[in-house]
Amino acid sequence: MNTFTKTAFIAGAFVTAIAANTVPAAAQAQEKCFGVALAGENGCAAGPGTTCAGTSTVDYQGNAWTLVEAGTCTDIELPAMADGTARMGSLEALERDIPA
Amino acid sequence: MSIQTTFHAGLLDAAQPVPEGLTDGEGRPAGRRYSVYRNNVAVSLREALTTGFPVTRKLIGEQNFDHVAGLYLRAHPPSDPRLMLYGAGFPNFLASLSALSHIGYLADVARLELAIRHSYHAADGNPIDGNALAHLGPDQLMALRLSLAPSARVLRSPWPVLSIWQFTQDASVGKPKAGSQDVLITRPAFDPQPQLLPTGGATFISALATMPLGEAAEAALRSAPDFDPSATLGLLLAGRALEMPSC
Repeated sequence: MNTFTKTAFIAGAFVTAIAANTVPAAAQAQEKCFGVALAGENGCAAGPGTTCAGTSTVDYQGNAWTLVEAGTCTDIELPAMADGTARMGSLEALERDIPA
Repeated sequence: MSIQTTFHAGLLDAAQPVPEGLTDGEGRPAGRRYSVYRNNVAVSLREALTTGFPVTRKLIGEQNFDHVAGLYLRAHPPSDPRLMLYGAGFPNFLASLSALSHIGYLADVARLELAIRHSYHAADGNPIDGNALAHLGPDQLMALRLSLAPSARVLRSPWPVLSIWQFTQDASVGKPKAGSQDVLITRPAFDPQPQLLPTGGATFISALATMPLGEAAEAALRSAPDFDPSATLGLLLAGRALEMPSC
């Protein structure tokens, strides 16, 4: 693609995305409502500290431990090094978690 | 040592003695109450990690997770009074444990869980939708600067991290296949939504931090010739993940 075609391609693609994401003004009205966050199987997305519970659980402190074969990781077979899989080379540093 | 220092030192270390001089309301020695408190500190932090990393816990099993959580909470007690943010260093801690090194993707799954939680608690911001851009011509669009909404997160992984996250909660989606995945987390309404980013999407999004839309798309096309600007901008707009820069 020459520069002109590329620019036209990108601009055209943006216009398409924008057109698909315009909504009537009435549909935009959303009220913030606390306490309705859905808790799925994954538990509440809000995470810890959002409930208060007393505890009668006993903590057993132990520094030495061995891994017991358990959990769903035993169902997932992936090659030990997945790093070699196709990833288009990116020259900039990879940000694992880009904060806003 | 001051009373506070002694009191604090023993909380996360069972080898430390119970601080002296603790009394109940009637002046009697209250050392056993300290033990109860010490136990509750550890248990509450472990439960915070359990709540915050449910998929990680399923992956390695409850017993393994409880052990690892116990190690972490003693090495990294909260540095912030907001328990909802506790565990930010947990993914890196998992990656540092040799006993877990054979589960290469574990730390990235924990990073995904953490990013979803942080997205939930992020500020609302002022995200735009397509209406805000509909009046712009092609040249204006290409030169437009946009920034990410506070709730938006990107996680790049050499592992199929989103597929693993989904499989662990719902085995009917099928076993993950090897391959890298980039994940976009947005919060279009109240709950964060993790979604797979198309090829080049993560490069486009990180380029937005320093470039206008057009240049960011060109950078993404250079790194991934089949980058789809429309699909990625569509995901960002639908997820309410873009804002006009504040300055």
